[in-house]
Formats: sequence, C-alpha cells, structure tokens
Amino acid sequence: MTEEIIIAGFGGQGVLSMGKILAYSGIMEGKEVSWMPSYGPEMRGGTANVTVIVSDERVCSPIINAFDTAVILNQQSLDKFESKVKPGGYLLYDPNGITKKPTRKDINIYTIEGAQLASDMGNSKVFNMIILGAFLKLRPIIDDKNVEEGLRHSLPERAHKLIPLNMEAVKVGKDNVKKA
Amino acid sequence: MGELKLMKGNEALAEAAIRYGADAYFGYPITPQSEVIEYLSEQNPYERTGMVVLQAESELAAINMVYGAGASGKRVMTSSSSPGVCLKQEGLAYIAGAEIPCVFADVVRGGPGLGTIQPSQADYFQNTKGGGNGDYRNLVLAPASVQEMCDFVALGFDLAFKYRMAACILSDGAIGQMMEKVVLPDQKPRMTDEEIKAKYPWAINGRKNGTQHRIITSLDLDSAKMEEHNIHLQKKYKEIEENEVRYEMINCDDAEYVFVAYGSSARIAQKSVQLGREAGLKVGLLRPITLWPYPTKAIDALIKKGVKGFLSVELSCGQMIEDVRLACNGRVKAEHFGRVGGIIHTPEEVLEAMKKQIIGE
Repeated sequence: MTEEIIIAGFGGQGVLSMGKILAYSGIMEGKEVSWMPSYGPEMRGGTANVTVIVSDERVCSPIINAFDTAVILNQQSLDKFESKVKPGGYLLYDPNGITKKPTRKDINIYTIEGAQLASDMGNSKVFNMIILGAFLKLRPIIDDKNVEEGLRHSLPERAHKLIPLNMEAVKVGKDNVKKA
Repeated sequence: MGELKLMKGNEALAEAAIRYGADAYFGYPITPQSEVIEYLSEQNPYERTGMVVLQAESELAAINMVYGAGASGKRVMTSSSSPGVCLKQEGLAYIAGAEIPCVFADVVRGGPGLGTIQPSQADYFQNTKGGGNGDYRNLVLAPASVQEMCDFVALGFDLAFKYRMAACILSDGAIGQMMEKVVLPDQKPRMTDEEIKAKYPWAINGRKNGTQHRIITSLDLDSAKMEEHNIHLQKKYKEIEENEVRYEMINCDDAEYVFVAYGSSARIAQKSVQLGREAGLKVGLLRPITLWPYPTKAIDALIKKGVKGFLSVELSCGQMIEDVRLACNGRVKAEHFGRVGGIIHTPEEVLEAMKKQIIGE
C-alpha cells in the first residue's frame, strides 16, 4: 500500500499540522512516511501545501507530481492540484470559498463542510481535524487508535487535554463527508 | 533500538549533535536551516550534556569559534546555508591548513548571491572543489534522508577526527525541511578533558608538567616547510580517496542506463527508476554518499559491466556531471539534467530526460 496525498490551502488553516498528525499516525500504524512542505514566505494568508506519503515500503521521492488523493482547502489550490490527481484517485474539498467547482469525471470527488462544522462545534481550531476525519473515511489507511497516538506524539504535552476534542472532530468529519 | 521520532532533517541533525556528544555548536541563522539553531536553543543542551550552543554575531565569527574549539580537541559543529557558507570559506581554508577537525552542514538553497530560500544543489563545486584558497579538500557527505542527517553527524565527526579536517554534511532545503521517521541513537557521553588529552596529543589545551608546546597554524613563511606541509596534506587526501569512498547502488545489477544523483535528487531519481522499470527500461541509480572522495571507481565498474550511459541528475545547471564525465573518460555517454532556482524536478521529467538525452528515443 502506498498513499500519496497533497493537502493544500491557506497558511493558518492547519494544513502543515494536519499533515504532521497524519504522518505521525502513519508511523503509529507501522508505516513508512514522509512529510514535505512547500509554503510561501508569509506565515498567514499565503498558500501552504504539504505532500504526505504513507507506505508499506521505503518512500523514494518525497516530492511527487501525481497524487492518489488531494485535500483542497481553497480555490487557488483547487486550480493548481485538480489536474494532478491520478485517474481513479480522490479529491476532497471544502466548498467554503470555492467559486469554480472541480470538473473532472475520472476521479472521485467528495466535499466536507469543514469550516461550517468547526463553527458548529464552537471551535474553529478543530477545522483541520474534521478534514482529516473526512479524508480517513474515504481512505481508511490508519486506525482511529493510531490517529489518537499520532496526536499524542505530535502535540506538546500541555495540549494533550485537547485530544478527546480532536478525536470528536475526526468523527464529525467522518460522519459528514459527501459525494459531490 | 533507539527512540523513534518524526522529525525534520534539520532537527535530526541538531538532536544528533547532542546525542553523539558534541561539545559545541556555533552558528548564525539562515533559511532553510534555521531550525538547527532553533532546535538546539529550545533543547537547552547545556543542561542535557554540557554542550555549548551559541548564536554568533556573524558567520565569520561562528567559523572562527569552530577553529578555536576544534584546535583544543573538542567536537564542534556549525551549520549554514549557501550565502552563509560563502562567508565561512576563509575560515574553512584556515581549518584545512591548520588541520582542525570539525563538522559543518550546508543546507543548500538556490543561488548565486542571496538567490532564493528554496532547495538547490548548486553548491557542489563550492564544497567538493574548494571554495576557500589553497590546495585543500573537505570530506563531503551527502545525506538523502532524515535518518542520514542524523547518522552522518557521527560519521562526520569520526572522519573529521581520524583525518584532522573538516567534514561537510552537504544537504539541501528539501532534506532539511522534510519530516521522516528517524531512529535516534542513545545519548553518548561527551569526552572528558583527560580523554581528549590522551587521544589527541596535537590538541591545544594547556601546557603543563613538561609537555612540549604544540602549534596549530596555517601560516609558514618558510617555503620549504610549506611545500612539505602541502605534500603531507595531499598524502592524507590520497589515503582518503583510497579508503573512504561511500555510495549506494539501486537496481544496478542488470542496468543498461544509470542515473547518478545524490541527496534529494537521489530520492527523486529512485522514483524515476521505479517508473522506468515499470515501463520495461533497464535503469538503475548510483547514489554517491561521499561527494569527495567521489565514487569514480564505482562508475568505472558499471561501465565494465556494460552500462551504456549515465544521466547526472542535480538541482544545478551541471556541476557533478564533471566528475561523472571524468570517471567515464569518454567511454560512454554522460549528460546532465536538472532544474534550478528552487524548482525541484519531478520523477517523470527525470525519466523523460534519460529517455531523450541518453537512451535516445
């Protein structure tokens, strides 16, 4: 099994940390992983994307041009990465702020109302965990208990009390992913 | 087995310095390797092992602090990125002349000049062929994974002390910034002053109880002595060329065409090999781990085994290709492919270049 994923959005949306949690969860699952960021010089408001590879084998190139799954969180990223999904692959996006919807017919397209659901949960910071949940519903490559372990390893100890809330957000994401 | 973590290459390098018992790190921050000094500052190594970490006022100050600490037999490291490494070249030439062991990491970014903060491999010439003045060499190790960013700190110190010279860990923005699994070694104790005195009789650490005075310098105005010193250095370099070449071969057993790539380009080319093999092409990868000394004999052996052509894949306009061509010596085709300016080639375009420039389709 090799899953090659791009997560792309604005800086500040938690793109890089979602990738980090996914990678750590992969390690907990006993997989090989790589996490390769690419971000503009701005910390907030610039575009941010990260390539995560989770595999049973040693990861060769951490830098790739075709993805099994694209997780898209803004219009620029959709414009840039829709064409880079492998035929038969998955595209998951948050429709919030998307004005031009994806058009490809040869890939599986799903939506998750991440921003709305995070606001419903009363905590905008769990946005990226809702997205992660939606991703894991579509691509069940990692067990929930290893996601929890991944969180434990990637969050500083002072934030460990927030793990239950984060796991709740993962569940909300899993329950609300829709076929576009 | 040691501790398993997910880390950036830069962080693994910094943690390895602490765990392998380095005595000091002197540096000055620059993207894309600022995580090294950030991580070290955050970890408070002085509390953990007594290791000194200091942010110098400039790269020049940092490399000269390395000169001083290294001359006293301490295990000392510095790191920077391309424009910062330029500033350190004077110090590195002095370190070579004075035969001071040390480790320095260059997490290369695009150039020339201030260039860009994105990854590049355009400082191959600078690190393997000199950079500073005089007939000297640095050992150059090229990590291609976060694990090797960790492991090469130990290897770098071992070689630096074995041969009394600088060992360069030549990385790039991609290897420095990416996160991967890394198995960290157990904490090794720092050497005591007594151990250093016993092991490194050349080190300057105080003249007491009738010991002879020791001189560490790169200066000698007596030409005969300076020639002798140069001959001594060359003899040492020759010995290293004989004994310290390291490389990895992937799918080379039956290969007709071989990619030559190091660091992040080697990771990309490894994927190109996979794609090529799926398409029925007999391609392989030679990954130099030491860039100096260069695996010239490995290329020679591949030619003798029937390899018909080499593609040197680098994030540069063509630097390592010169060493590949020297090794080929006109016997088979050797060409260069690479993207520059911070753009990273994809496995697909690397394979395409092999087909077009070497195989000839």
